[in-house]
Amino acid sequence: MITESKGTVKVITGNAAAAWGARLSRPDVIAAYPITPQTTIVETLARWVDTGELKAHMIRVESEHSAMAAVMGASAAGARTYTATSSQGLLYMAEMISWAAGARTPIVMSVVDRALGPPWNIWSEHTDALMLRDSGWILFWAANNQEVLDSVIQAYKIAEHKEVILPAMVMHDGFILSHTTMPVEIPKQELVDEFLPPYDPPHYVMNPKVSPPITFGNIALPADYVKFRLSIEKAMKNAKKIIKKVAAEFKEFFGRWHGDLVSYYNTEGVDTIVIALGNVAEQVEATIDSSKELKKRAGVVKVRAFRPFPKEEIANIARKVSNIVVIDRDISFGWGGILAGEVRATLHEFRVDTPVYSKIMGIGGDEILPEHIEKSLNEILR
Amino acid sequence: MTKTIYDELIEREDLVLPGNTSCPGCGSILALRYVLKALGKDTIIVIPASCSSVYQAIFPYSSIKVHIFNTAFASAAAVASGLKHALVAKGYDDVNVLVWGGDGGLIDIGFATVSGAAERNEDIIVAVYDNEAYMNTGIQRSGSTPPGAITTTTYAGKSEEKKPMPYLMLLHGVPYVATASSGYPLDLYQKVKKARNIHGFRFLHIFAPCPPGWRFDDSKTVTVAKLAVETGYWILWEAEQTDHGLNFSISGPSRPYIDPARRKPLEDYLMLQGRFRNISPEKINLIKKYIDNQWEFIKRFLE
Repeated sequence: MITESKGTVKVITGNAAAAWGARLSRPDVIAAYPITPQTTIVETLARWVDTGELKAHMIRVESEHSAMAAVMGASAAGARTYTATSSQGLLYMAEMISWAAGARTPIVMSVVDRALGPPWNIWSEHTDALMLRDSGWILFWAANNQEVLDSVIQAYKIAEHKEVILPAMVMHDGFILSHTTMPVEIPKQELVDEFLPPYDPPHYVMNPKVSPPITFGNIALPADYVKFRLSIEKAMKNAKKIIKKVAAEFKEFFGRWHGDLVSYYNTEGVDTIVIALGNVAEQVEATIDSSKELKKRAGVVKVRAFRPFPKEEIANIARKVSNIVVIDRDISFGWGGILAGEVRATLHEFRVDTPVYSKIMGIGGDEILPEHIEKSLNEILR
Repeated sequence: MTKTIYDELIEREDLVLPGNTSCPGCGSILALRYVLKALGKDTIIVIPASCSSVYQAIFPYSSIKVHIFNTAFASAAAVASGLKHALVAKGYDDVNVLVWGGDGGLIDIGFATVSGAAERNEDIIVAVYDNEAYMNTGIQRSGSTPPGAITTTTYAGKSEEKKPMPYLMLLHGVPYVATASSGYPLDLYQKVKKARNIHGFRFLHIFAPCPPGWRFDDSKTVTVAKLAVETGYWILWEAEQTDHGLNFSISGPSRPYIDPARRKPLEDYLMLQGRFRNISPEKINLIKKYIDNQWEFIKRFLE
């Protein structure tokens, strides 16, 4: 059977996939600052802008704080925008990240997860992005290079949806994905254009030629401030619905499914569910896949969207099993695994009493090998 | 009778409305009136944390009749850069993007951002209204506070010199740099009018007396601003990059004071302000040295 080609398969890194995702989404303005392991994203985009392959304004800013400030300003004027960073860069922009959510600017940003210093460490860890948990951004974790590309495109469609209008981050693991090549189908531009039309803000924009004078962000007394903040919470709730809708539409357009808020692996008839973010979940899937004994007992829920958090999905599956194991590639000092905490709170909220075991692995790029996962699971399943 | 520039200044639409929440005698909003008269309606103002985040009025009101984007302290020049690129990308080339902030937001915490935007020659106007301390948080010293000035973080008067911001911007080699003052509206208006028609990064450093912060009667804002010029402390000048090199000139109101003999005694200026009530002779000398250094620096550009 001959099917119509939807794209071209290339063997590319996770960072190239992120850059392709941005390029195909046709951003008007990009502002970014280099940091390992994100650097090749900004380099690739800068090259494409210079060669004319990407028709966008590229602002080569002097810091990450300014990168986020610049894309926020551009988005407020009605432009589609993109930026990318990692680790220290992400925390340096934190003030503007929070402001961009409050400004309801649907920026899409790739975050190449990297550990925080000191000591200096450039390898993968999710604590950087998780520190922005409460910033009002939609947070996605991508598990492989194809998902990196596809999630960037999906993120625009979700962030710019009139019921959402919130910025979105798409995370992928430093080096493990950012500098590792995999075959990735790069969709045809015409198809992406059809899937993702230009950004059409449903509100007035910062442009005196098209909108009456508007003031954004002046002082609001508590009663008004609450209304603004509630509108963000409402938009986050809407995002749950829109994430599902967009994932389904994406499958129809491009034939690929990475999950919506979550994806499920081997969850039927097992007594244990492992929950993890993005690439960590995929490593658990591979480990289970290679072990007959484990395959009988354990499945995986890969969390794609950490905000909005897939509470219902996790509570529903937890009701059906005897054990929940959460693997965190992050740590909240004085608390433990951050994802484990979210899962435990969710189960309490839904009155599900399945025990939750928390495992922290892969800090600062420490390798998560199949034998580590297997050993951890066997300790619990014994 | 033919219309003069004064008639034009008066007749241009006022985009700063009465009923704003500024302090009586505020030098900053006085300057903003003339800046906006010169820029007109097709303007977006980006405002970092500052007095102007407050005096524009409280939600859902605004006392300023153009687009305003309020942003976090250090980010204004970067937000303005993004706004301008977006407008150009969307085909709107003729919108003025103005950063309007204080010495805290643009000379201290946002200095790297301003310097970065200048180095990239962003097509924006950055205007700092310099009231020589962090006034919005209640009069704390800034890099732009002069020696001897009492603030709530320098009880004995500041020991260090004032950061020479307009000269730092001049050395960035941007298309237009000018100093101005709330006390000289015509000079300010003409400079903004000129800046409006220049492409690239334009920097305006506006001296803006602050009655509560400097401890003087709120009827004396213009008097204090004029004395700053007449004593030679604040020098009005402009510098435009042309095809033939830098065109530097001392503006009309400051020209007489090239000659030190014509300057009024610095003490006339200092004694009007409570912030200098305990100033020591050593610190007065520091200010005098600052004045001399400024004039010496400027004279090099005149040669």
